Amino acid sequence: MMDALPSALDLARFQFAFTVVWHFLFPAFTIGLASYLAVLEGLWLVTKRDVFLDLFRWWLRVFAVAFAMGVVSGLVMSYQFGTNWSVFADRTAGTLGPLLGYEVLTAFFLEAGFLGVMLFGMGRVGKGLHFLATGCVAFGTLLSAFWILSANSWMHTPAGYALSPDGRFLPEDWWAIIFNPSFPYRLVHTVIAAYLTTALIVGAVGAFHLIRSAGANAQARVMFSMAMWMLLVVAPLQVVAGDFHGLNTKEHQPAKVAAMEGHWVERRSHAPLVLFAWPDQQAEENRYEVAIPGLGSLILGHSWDAEIEGLRAFPPGERPTNVPLVFWSFRVMVGLGLLMVVLGLWGLLARLRGRLYEPGWLHRFAVGMGGSGLVAVTAGWIVTEAGRQPYTVYGMLRTADSVSPIAAPAVAASLAAFAVVYFLVFGAGIWLLFRLFAQPPHADQEGPRPDTPIRSAGITPAPSLRDRGIRDLPAGE
Amino acid sequence: MDLSLIWAMLLALAVFLYVVMDGFDLGVGILFPAIRGAEDRDLIVNTVAPVWDGNETWLILGGGGLLAVFPLAYAVIMPALYMPVIIMLLALVFRGVSFEMRFRAETVWGRRAWNRGFWLGSTVAALCQGIMLGAFVQGIRVEGRAYAGGWWDWLSPFSVMTGVALVAGYGLLGACWIVWKTEGELQDQARRLARILGYATLGFIGAVSLAMLFLQPAFVERWFGFPHVLVVWVVPLLVLLLARRMFRALSEAHDGPWWRDALPFACALGLFGLSYLGLGISLWPFAVPPSVTIWDAAAPEASQAFLLAGAVVLLPLILGYTAYAYWVFRGKVRAGEGYH
Ligand code: HDD
Ligand code: HEM
Ligand code: HEM
Repeated sequence: MMDALPSALDLARFQFAFTVVWHFLFPAFTIGLASYLAVLEGLWLVTKRDVFLDLFRWWLRVFAVAFAMGVVSGLVMSYQFGTNWSVFADRTAGTLGPLLGYEVLTAFFLEAGFLGVMLFGMGRVGKGLHFLATGCVAFGTLLSAFWILSANSWMHTPAGYALSPDGRFLPEDWWAIIFNPSFPYRLVHTVIAAYLTTALIVGAVGAFHLIRSAGANAQARVMFSMAMWMLLVVAPLQVVAGDFHGLNTKEHQPAKVAAMEGHWVERRSHAPLVLFAWPDQQAEENRYEVAIPGLGSLILGHSWDAEIEGLRAFPPGERPTNVPLVFWSFRVMVGLGLLMVVLGLWGLLARLRGRLYEPGWLHRFAVGMGGSGLVAVTAGWIVTEAGRQPYTVYGMLRTADSVSPIAAPAVAASLAAFAVVYFLVFGAGIWLLFRLFAQPPHADQEGPRPDTPIRSAGITPAPSLRDRGIRDLPAGE
Repeated sequence: MDLSLIWAMLLALAVFLYVVMDGFDLGVGILFPAIRGAEDRDLIVNTVAPVWDGNETWLILGGGGLLAVFPLAYAVIMPALYMPVIIMLLALVFRGVSFEMRFRAETVWGRRAWNRGFWLGSTVAALCQGIMLGAFVQGIRVEGRAYAGGWWDWLSPFSVMTGVALVAGYGLLGACWIVWKTEGELQDQARRLARILGYATLGFIGAVSLAMLFLQPAFVERWFGFPHVLVVWVVPLLVLLLARRMFRALSEAHDGPWWRDALPFACALGLFGLSYLGLGISLWPFAVPPSVTIWDAAAPEASQAFLLAGAVVLLPLILGYTAYAYWVFRGKVRAGEGYH
């Protein structure tokens, strides 16, 4: 790709990557948050402790904003298969179409249908029904992950199909299509990732308010404690799940794993574990390599004698197109994953010493790690998707053959428009999220309650609006 | 059993549900410049806040369903309508986020900006949908299994007219919705708006129908050919009757039973339904006019059957809990009881 102007294909790829990464930032958070809200409401119903209701309402306001951004960015995704990847859509619709269709029918409607009741229905429906609505939304987010990850996994490890003479994938065995070989691993790893992402954000917010209140804020204490338990259990699980995921990938997409590990030559045994390097695609070797001898075989093959394939074994047209991207994204994800384990253990230590709520370095670390889940998730997806190149359906349909017949200027224009609108709109949305995070939770947290006179009608009863005279805006504002 | 036929009906239904449901909530956004008080604006946004997300899901079903059961249509229409589709999506992004943001803006400036975003997003989304409809009706060039036109083909006087027409139509739905969900002075104002937009919509229905006759000879045959001319003319006749009922309901006194206030909305829905039926009559049996029929565009039978098996169970369920969600938030919305 030496020419000055990017091709329509490059632009379409970049546009897809840009929009899907933005999209996934929101579900990565809301999948976990929906479950957390269900847990909080359940705990409130069972224990009748007000602190859980306060927390529920506090996080509900955050959820409303994050969910709205997830929905609108997702809407964009579902149309992009057609606008930019129409040949891909035509070829794969036989197998992928129904999976996406089921996602809409089982998950999206469930979420959207009960979201209104969940956000605004307390006081209009009974407690049990309201809890049911929250549960439906949480379940809906998981169903959504189920179907979309099944579709995505099928693109990595296609199964259960036959090819028609004109190159379309015809479904043969739905069970094999849905539960294709990489799907169980991807589902587990991604759902855990979403729970981790949420736990890290909840933990960071809790730690922040503990620091600000010198450990006194009762709601922040509960938040922080719950997040630390979650991390302690789930972060190590994620490392194990990631390890199994990698083994499975090694079986089905060895070239991707070779790129992740930075292996150019084949090793019969005692392959090193490359910690850092700059993979040079021209020279087909690593520069500035720092490696631990032998460990690679142990981790990837669970034995010192495991054999590891190198990238040189694959013809250049079969290798991931951007090896350094895959290599480095993988290190970012794994590095952050290990830090999360550390945070969980540190939290346990502080708890055992009875100092969990005393603001200190642990809490600063937790604040700093707040966004690490989102970064790790993004890095993980870049490993997965860039490592699948140059194919959209691995081994079967090349990315270059998947793209729509759209002129480069049109794609360039749409990409620019996406960039402007996304940074503007989601930038403002994320700024709002930060402002919500910064409001200290307190007892009798106001929530979306129809029985209180919420003049500004926001979920926040925004006295600030009235204070600043916004209520008395001139007509037309 | 003809799966393509069943799916064409189901998808047509999904798209219609989308058009009327997101139609009224986009319409509420379109009317923003006409409803000026800050209090009133909050109120009308509150009438749609609990349901707009569900309404928009029908659009996803429209897109996802088309991909699943008529993939060729999806793969041709989306590139053909590239620009209006992308602009519509961006407008919906803007609008969806403005929903939340305008309530939380802390400065006058911010509030004004997000109000504009809400209005502009709603209006542009409606305009693009109308343009897409027009471009679709006027025909899309296909060679082999791919779109064969340029990236400006969608733009024509006809598609611009359908674009504006849909803005007026959604505005009408929005105004009638406000009549239903509010009372007092705001309601009176909505009645006035609905009357104006009603005339505009009616005018556009007529203009678009006439223009279509010049678009393709096949359309003329559809409407004037013998013997179906005897039946299809019921459609325009019903349009006129319904419109008359709607205008009467709009000027009636306010103190009737509760459904009186819902009557204009019901009539407006009827107008949309009939126009939709009229389009269906003209375009049948094409998935991409004027060359690709629903059978040409069909997905493998196994795919259509697999999704249908779920859809027959899930769609009634979805309609059920959607109706429940509307039921929970029934009745008039009053100032100060924002359940947003
Ligand atoms: C909080 C997020 C998070 C964390 C801490 C980790 N991962 Fe991960 N990883 C993901 C979030 C993620 C992900 C976003 O969910 C991915 C992208 C696609 C997928 O299946 O999961 C992923 C992909 C992914 C893949 C690519 C699989 C493929 O492309 O087929 C491998 C091999 C691993 N992970 C392995 C690990 C290991 C060994 C970790 C140990 C620390 C780890 N991940 C931590
Ligand atoms: C939400 C998490 C996801 C992220 C962050 C993600 C990220 C990416 C990235 C970075 C690319 C560009 C790869 C490249 O061109 O080098 C890409 C491409 C693509 N992805 Fe994903 N992806 C995600 C999920 C999915 C899912 C669920 C599907 C399908 C159901 C999917 C389908 C595609 C397609 C069709 C392309 C374009 C063709 C290609 O470049 O390979 N992705 N994605
Ligand atoms: C490229 C592929 C993707 C497409 C086409 C897509 C499509 C969509 C659409 C249309 C919505 C809006 C649904 C609504 O109205 O409620 C949405 C939201 C959502 N998506 Fe995606 N999505 C993709 C990737 C993913 C992935 C990989 C996951 C999870 C692992 C995911 C999880 C969710 C969830 C949980 C929501 C609910 C809204 C939210 O929580 O923010 N999506 N997506």
